[in-house]
Amino acid sequence: MTEHTPSSDHKQTATPAIKGGFAQMFKGGVIMDVVTADQARIAEAAGATAVMALERVPADIRKDGGVARMSDPSMIKEIIAAVSIPVMAKVRIGHFVEAQILQALGVDFIDESEVLTPADESYHIEKAKFKVPFVCGAKNLGEALRRIGEGASMIRTKGEAGTGNVVEAVRHARTVLGDIRTIQARPSEELMTVARDLQAPYDLVQYVHAHGTLPVVNFAAGGVATPADAALMMQLGLDGVFVGSGIFKSSEPEKRARAIVKAVTHFDNPDILAEISENLGAPMTGINIDSLIPEERLASRGW
Amino acid sequence: MLALQGAFREHKTLLESLGATVREVRLPQHLTGLGGLVIPGGESTVIGKLMEEYGLMEAIQDFYASGAAVYGSCAGAILLAREVLGAPPQFGTQPALGLLDMTVQRNAFGRQIDSFDVPLEVRGLTEAFPAAFIRAPVIVSVGEGVEVLSTYQPEHHPEQIVLVRQERLLASSFHPELTRDPRIHQLFLGLME
Repeated sequence: MTEHTPSSDHKQTATPAIKGGFAQMFKGGVIMDVVTADQARIAEAAGATAVMALERVPADIRKDGGVARMSDPSMIKEIIAAVSIPVMAKVRIGHFVEAQILQALGVDFIDESEVLTPADESYHIEKAKFKVPFVCGAKNLGEALRRIGEGASMIRTKGEAGTGNVVEAVRHARTVLGDIRTIQARPSEELMTVARDLQAPYDLVQYVHAHGTLPVVNFAAGGVATPADAALMMQLGLDGVFVGSGIFKSSEPEKRARAIVKAVTHFDNPDILAEISENLGAPMTGINIDSLIPEERLASRGW
Repeated sequence: MLALQGAFREHKTLLESLGATVREVRLPQHLTGLGGLVIPGGESTVIGKLMEEYGLMEAIQDFYASGAAVYGSCAGAILLAREVLGAPPQFGTQPALGLLDMTVQRNAFGRQIDSFDVPLEVRGLTEAFPAAFIRAPVIVSVGEGVEVLSTYQPEHHPEQIVLVRQERLLASSFHPELTRDPRIHQLFLGLME
């Protein structure tokens, strides 16, 4: 589990550059939640850049209640065997043993996810120690930079998973991107105080100030249900999209998956968006976020 | 710059640092007036599918035939190949342009935890190139008109071809766009003249 493993031919694996570089390859793409090998094959054929293997999609986790955990390794192995694209899987916040297990299974990316029931209420996983890269959710810039400080190679909005309602993902995207623009405009002598206020590492605040972006890829997640939702997140300035319940909880998953893939590529072409949005069947039903009691809000998990 | 999916912005930044004017290509009409095209890393299945659906396969083949240069890195190299091994069965055959006379094996080094970077000797470059291999393909065999510019020798494994050129075509298994080193892109711009 060491971070750098030099070998006799000067080869290095699992460097921050290799982990972050892998995340760059997902850009302009759609990562789809799947619960079976068949769904994984449908997702790959529809043009997913990766699949997220999990036991229940967030909409069902929400409905069933109880404790949501890492998926059964046998199911993850089946999905890895079924597709040629990268396979991601989720662990509970702070559950570093679930992460060790997923790394041993050969999963390509781990999502330390608020969609599962948190295992630790104070500490996230020390992600830099792992060879496998991690993605984490964030509602604002401070949270995003803390996760990157711990070693996350990719950030996504939390949104409100399993609702089919994009409003929270939009809020989190605007908050993170707005915070970045604010920091860019601040004079450099104010950055230490900015870091204190954001509760974020100083060197990462300096990076954001200098570059105007996060040092890692930034995706949308949590409530994306239509091609228009996906294109909206791209036009707001995110790098790509996770779709959870939105595909396999809709009436025609294959068609909708293909349309969302095209929407992320042609996000700024309204003629193509109009054409691909036609006749997709019923989207997932969706939940009004205001009707959720605070305990039902997944985005409030993690800190 | 083919901008359907993948790390196209990184290529753009490097090419612009060399003084090139870069346009994002998503539809066939965007190729008009360009002298070269970069097909970036990403997922070759996704990029190939989007190329097929929007008529870019024939458009890029015609573009090359009309005298333009094409460079593919990683997924882009797979898309240039005449033959691709390791495509998922649900795809039937991997969509590819078939321009470069080589056979490519997808994901030849294993899963993400096996991805690596390594200094690489490249023909024509005096110093080693810092090459990032990410779930990378290798070039299993090449035809007669193909010049091998670099190979990589993994421990306990046979030597692998990782950078080739054929006329105005360039293909690499690795990702020069993830470094700040513009020498591979310089090589490509040289093919356009």
